[in-house]
Amino acid sequence: MNGLDGPDNPLPRRRRRLDRVMMTSMTLLTVLGVFWVVWILLTTLERGFEAFSPDLFLKDTPPPGVAGGGLRNAFVGSLELLAVALAIGTPVGLLAGTWLGEFARRHPMAGAVVRFLNDILLSAPSIVIGLFAYTLLVAPLKHFSALAGGVALALIMIPVVVRTTDEMLRLVPDALREAAVALGIPYWRMVVHISWKAASRGILTGILLALARLSGETAPLLFTALNSPYFSTALDKPIASLPVVIFQFAMSPYPDWQKLAWAGAFVAMVFILALGLLARWLQARGTSST
Amino acid sequence: MSDTVLLPTERPDPPAAAEPAPPAVLRVRGLDFWYGGYKALKNIHLDIPQRRITAFIGPSGCGKSTLLRTFNRIYELYPEQRATGEILFHGRNLLDPQIDVAAIRARIGMVFQKPTPFPMTIYENIAFGVRMYEKLDKAEMEARVEWALRKTALWDEVKDKLQQSGLGLSGGQQQRLCIARAIAVKPEVILLDEPTSALDPISTAKVEELVAELKEEYTVAIVTHNMQQAARLSDYTAFMYLGELVEFGETDQIFVQPRHKQTEDYITGRFG
Repeated sequence: MNGLDGPDNPLPRRRRRLDRVMMTSMTLLTVLGVFWVVWILLTTLERGFEAFSPDLFLKDTPPPGVAGGGLRNAFVGSLELLAVALAIGTPVGLLAGTWLGEFARRHPMAGAVVRFLNDILLSAPSIVIGLFAYTLLVAPLKHFSALAGGVALALIMIPVVVRTTDEMLRLVPDALREAAVALGIPYWRMVVHISWKAASRGILTGILLALARLSGETAPLLFTALNSPYFSTALDKPIASLPVVIFQFAMSPYPDWQKLAWAGAFVAMVFILALGLLARWLQARGTSST
Repeated sequence: MSDTVLLPTERPDPPAAAEPAPPAVLRVRGLDFWYGGYKALKNIHLDIPQRRITAFIGPSGCGKSTLLRTFNRIYELYPEQRATGEILFHGRNLLDPQIDVAAIRARIGMVFQKPTPFPMTIYENIAFGVRMYEKLDKAEMEARVEWALRKTALWDEVKDKLQQSGLGLSGGQQQRLCIARAIAVKPEVILLDEPTSALDPISTAKVEELVAELKEEYTVAIVTHNMQQAARLSDYTAFMYLGELVEFGETDQIFVQPRHKQTEDYITGRFG
């Protein structure tokens, strides 16, 4: 025996055994992780199956005990709330993130403080955000409104967009900035034409993922958009939204409502899944060309 | 002829010049440079002659790239870096905070060590900088793009894929695209910061050929680690060591008869 190698050395065998144990447990745990998603999808599909019909998208939420009906007002309401959040959250988040990623290097202290505060906002409980929007837009106006709901969602979205924009911009190599600035291009134009462009897919992915997160938020909407059994698109009126309707219907004792809640839950899952896939696709495309 | 080359140390009378030395485009006077608290350039005095190639050589960390980066104030992107002294360009001090530095950069172009095509089409890579300072119609812009690509011997290689991404080109092509982009805005001076260090020998030869042609119309300052490249290409050579300009003169003189021991040691490969 000349040392570590050789057929009789126990070390390699032990390593191989340990390797097998680790690989097996990691595989099992991965399956365990994926298992829940599949289970949730299948269960919501199965339980809500009866409620699936064109009516689900064409009819509004029914009163209790009335058969039929759909979730049209909740879908439309959710989309409207998301649109308001997007309209407010994207520009604010994008510009704040750009300041952090491109301009804060001249003000390192301020940058660190803003980044820290943004991280706090990022992890703030959404119910607190809801209460904030309530105090800001519901209490003074004395009524719930879609606008208040959209603002609450925007407040949740902003820190996510700030963070991804900042991080994506900081991934843009300084060499690219130098090259543009060295051509005599003013710094802000360089940011718009070069940095944003180089980081665009990452930023877009961040916005999509923020949307996916928003579309499931319930707590902040309870105090702001409230809910409504009617079809409405008015910004100054309460509005139905999918998560709140699911909450209300699932908790109710009426089997028809419960079925609708299941169907709504399935649609919500698929929507979020689709956003996730779109984000993935964008990212994959980003690495291959342009 | 007193303003041709200003040396940091005494030197015997210049050898009888075969031709009158060209006027200086950039005059560096008493330039100091700091990275935070670290002084990277110490009291540099230097004249960059017009329509000649001036090479900067010296061991890593000697300050040659730093010096080049003061000529267009690109270092200003990093707040902890600063320069004091004078760099005169057409009689104005480039380091004057009042000066429109973006306009200066359009006249003093720069190409970097790593090729950095912008994330846009080949055509746009060149048109982008031009558009910033000139209003050209479509035909004029196309002509300018073609001119820049022909100048850099890239036209035949890319003329059928102008609308494709610049990132799809090979490393050598990307670097020539960067040079094309720099000359397309028609600068007077071109700063080259180790432009071939990331390229294979064939691409290097092409870029060198191109640089040699550039001096017909442009003043070129090139930083290089490659001594043969400096000897082949340049008319004037500056040897720097530890943040100081040790020796500056005509390339033939620097390489054949260096006046300083340090220069000789570096050139003969005894250190560096």
